Amino acid sequence: MASKKKEVLLKIADLKIEGYSDETWVPIIKGVDLTLHRGEVMGLIGESGAGKSTIGAAAMGYARDGTRIVEGSKIEFDGMELTTASESEKRALRGSRIAYVAQSAAASFNPAHKIIDQHTEAPLHYRIQKRMEAQEDAMDLYERLRLPNPKEIGFRYPHQVSGGQLQRAMTAMAMSCRPDLIIFDEPTTALDVTTQIEVLAAIRDIVDQFNTAALYITHDLAVVAQMADTIKVLLKGNEVEEASTEEMLNNPKEDYTKSLWAVRSFESPQRHRPKDATPLISVKNVDAAYTGGPKILDDVSFDIYEGMTVAVVGESGSGKSTTARVITGLLPPSKGEVLFRGDPFPPDYRSRTKDQLRQCQMIYQMADTALNPKVKISEIIGRPAQFYSGLKGADLKNRVDEILDLIELDPSKFYNRYPSELSGGQKQRIGIARALAAEPTFIVCDEVTSALDQLVAEGILRLLDRLQNELNLAYMFITHDLATVRSIADEVIVMQQGRVVEQGPKDDMFTPPHHPYTDLLLSSVPEMDPNWLTTLLEERGVDNVGDAAAAKIDPNDPKVQGTNA
Amino acid sequence: MSLFVIGYYTLLLAVSCLAAYFNKKTVFLLAFSLTLVSFVLGIVGGPGALRAVAICAGLLLLTGMVSYAFREFLIQMAESNIGLSFTNNPPVLYGCIIIPIVLIVLSRLLEWPITEFALAALILVIILIGMNSETAKELRTAPMTAAFGMFVIFTYAIAGIFAPYIAPHGEAAVISSAFAPADESMLLGADQLGRDMFSRIVYGARNSVGLALTATVAAFVLGAGAGLLAATKGGWFDQLMGRIADVIMSIPSLIFALLMLSIFGPSTFVIICAVAIIYAPRVFRLTRAVAGNVVVMDYIEAAKLRGEGTGYLIRREILPNSTAPLIAEFGLEFCFVFLLVAGLSFLGLGIQPPTADWGSMVRENATLISFGDITPLIPAAAIALLTVAVNFVVDWMLFRSSGLKEQ
Repeated sequence: MASKKKEVLLKIADLKIEGYSDETWVPIIKGVDLTLHRGEVMGLIGESGAGKSTIGAAAMGYARDGTRIVEGSKIEFDGMELTTASESEKRALRGSRIAYVAQSAAASFNPAHKIIDQHTEAPLHYRIQKRMEAQEDAMDLYERLRLPNPKEIGFRYPHQVSGGQLQRAMTAMAMSCRPDLIIFDEPTTALDVTTQIEVLAAIRDIVDQFNTAALYITHDLAVVAQMADTIKVLLKGNEVEEASTEEMLNNPKEDYTKSLWAVRSFESPQRHRPKDATPLISVKNVDAAYTGGPKILDDVSFDIYEGMTVAVVGESGSGKSTTARVITGLLPPSKGEVLFRGDPFPPDYRSRTKDQLRQCQMIYQMADTALNPKVKISEIIGRPAQFYSGLKGADLKNRVDEILDLIELDPSKFYNRYPSELSGGQKQRIGIARALAAEPTFIVCDEVTSALDQLVAEGILRLLDRLQNELNLAYMFITHDLATVRSIADEVIVMQQGRVVEQGPKDDMFTPPHHPYTDLLLSSVPEMDPNWLTTLLEERGVDNVGDAAAAKIDPNDPKVQGTNA
Repeated sequence: MSLFVIGYYTLLLAVSCLAAYFNKKTVFLLAFSLTLVSFVLGIVGGPGALRAVAICAGLLLLTGMVSYAFREFLIQMAESNIGLSFTNNPPVLYGCIIIPIVLIVLSRLLEWPITEFALAALILVIILIGMNSETAKELRTAPMTAAFGMFVIFTYAIAGIFAPYIAPHGEAAVISSAFAPADESMLLGADQLGRDMFSRIVYGARNSVGLALTATVAAFVLGAGAGLLAATKGGWFDQLMGRIADVIMSIPSLIFALLMLSIFGPSTFVIICAVAIIYAPRVFRLTRAVAGNVVVMDYIEAAKLRGEGTGYLIRREILPNSTAPLIAEFGLEFCFVFLLVAGLSFLGLGIQPPTADWGSMVRENATLISFGDITPLIPAAAIALLTVAVNFVVDWMLFRSSGLKEQ
């Protein structure tokens, strides 16, 4: 990392922020101090609800709707006190001297304007550059951020470029006025691992080149290890500890930090296929397409055996979720079939019998949209039990209590509550409970942990593993997170562009030689080593990451041919 | 200079100074600009103009106080959690709902004079069921306008239900000469046939509001039912319903209503049917749009994969998530329906004489306008007040359902 001048740029002292809920002001941030020097990158990590983003916004002197900065807090940016500054003074800072990069670039760009017009908005507004100068500068930044066709890409609309490119374009936009401070709010959380690397590399380079200070907010420790000089750990609005990246990784002091570090330790023992058994679910040569669209799945075949976990990995758009929709019957395949215990499963869920439907349940990624907000927990879980088993009255209540016990939630507390009163992890548990209530043999888990914090996610994984052992369930585990695969899978299926490129037992899959695409996925997962990104970039070359790397896989490679046959 | 004028300015100036001292900007600006305006008014119009201003302000204050007190009353009721004693006791709940309904039916058949009380009891029970701490929380967010609206609706409901007990004279009883001025037995004077205006307004609340309410409910049952089905089923059913709605909406509503009424004759049933058909497509479109956002949720997919039928999907999964905008729309449509029915009555094709109805009352007394009398404006004002009140409440509900609860 570049040498730093030891001049203080941002100094936050005793920051307290309150949020308005249930007609009272409750504290969100309970007195956080923060000092950021020029050119320094500080990583803010913590679970959701720890107040990371709130602090990020406060660094711009901004309190979100329904929150307020408590008097007595000090936010000093380059000698200017932001808590007492007028709104117009603060507005003059934003965009020109402090910039913000949001989690979802797709939601932050205005879809109706070209990227470059949005890029030049700030320099034109602050009269820093003329339009043509600003455009040339934008192209220069695009080139530095290694966007393809830097001269031309800015004249596209946001929907015409990929997610990773858009995130880099947003970083370029934040750079347009050469700010002193950039706040990155989870800039790579929504991206695939392969795309994440190119964005991380680009952000790190550009922050180095312009000696910009940055607050890097994330919940992914491995990512923050690559980016930050110092790391601050937050828990429920309180600071847990702060130290340089090296020290934090090697020698964390607080128990909470240690527990964060230890998260990736969970691993279920590898199970093996029973000999001479019929597979529970067998997907045979399935092609599928949405009405009028191109083919999404191309000759997909795999087996899932009773009591085993099959992880399906791949980038977004590789057809993982579509495969799940084919198995559940939401999308009848255009060719091929799905067998259940050797007998064909009707392709459309509407023509399946009640018993066939109960066998195959689903757990969704977003518990928020998967649970009806107007229905009580007792009914969410009770309905499948009532529907399939015809339980009523006291029997039904006992069954719901039993299931709540099974997912480690206290029945008396949760029986009469609504989903909105639950935390993210609890909601996901209710989603699991709903699937269990049907007494299935097979559950599709669609990215069940990707919306959760690591500690909570690990709890869910342990729960799923325990339930599998107790109830002999088979899981199809869709994920793009290879750490999750490593901890829970028995077999792994790698998908790319609607095809299965490699499949086999987990132990084999994580030992070389790999299919080049598997190799790419595996090597793209950030590791806790702060030099990981540097090493990786040296190995691969800076231009060979992300989309470029996936495109480089030679379809005539003998290994590719071998796994497809 | 009279004592009143001195008191008037003293009060205004005192309020302005106090507001300025306690740093209440809006109050100060309001009070002091009123003072300045009053100087001009006092010079131009004399004490009379000032007196008018004072009366207006007093009325406004009175309205505000009534609204505030009414809202606090509702909050107190809700906080007592009286609704829970119903919802936690299903037998009591069903008993309290079914007994009044049975009484209403019996009293209609056997001509017992208790229909009004049974109906009032039924409405009271329904309101009480909703009274819990959740409601109290919602009520606290109600602005003064919404409280005023609720108070007006409450008053109209009482007037409508207990009309025979409140009205001093019969609905069609001729008791004096045509257009007789107001006296102690006739609060608002007499109409063109010498019937008591006040009694007819009270009965009108029952007829006009009752008809509009029934027609709106019918429109909602038709429109919302079709909309929910269309959103759930999709495909050709959705297309068919959409095209039918398009066809109905392409016919000018008033002309359609006039056509129906001239073909089938102006009976209450035909009015309700015509109005329901006219307004159902709007409800259909809104419901379909709202439900369309709900059916794409994962919990609907989960329910479908469970094998649930359309009935369960609509009743338990979609409807609870679409009620807020539908209730708001109900209030809005009610106003439109009310105005349409009043318009039909004004044209002579609505509720037929001698039944009292606000729309036809405006028409019957319209000749008086040229003599500078406000009698025909009173039923018109009754219509306007109800429309405004309902809209106040609807505005509040729209605000809540749009998710802008806290600013």
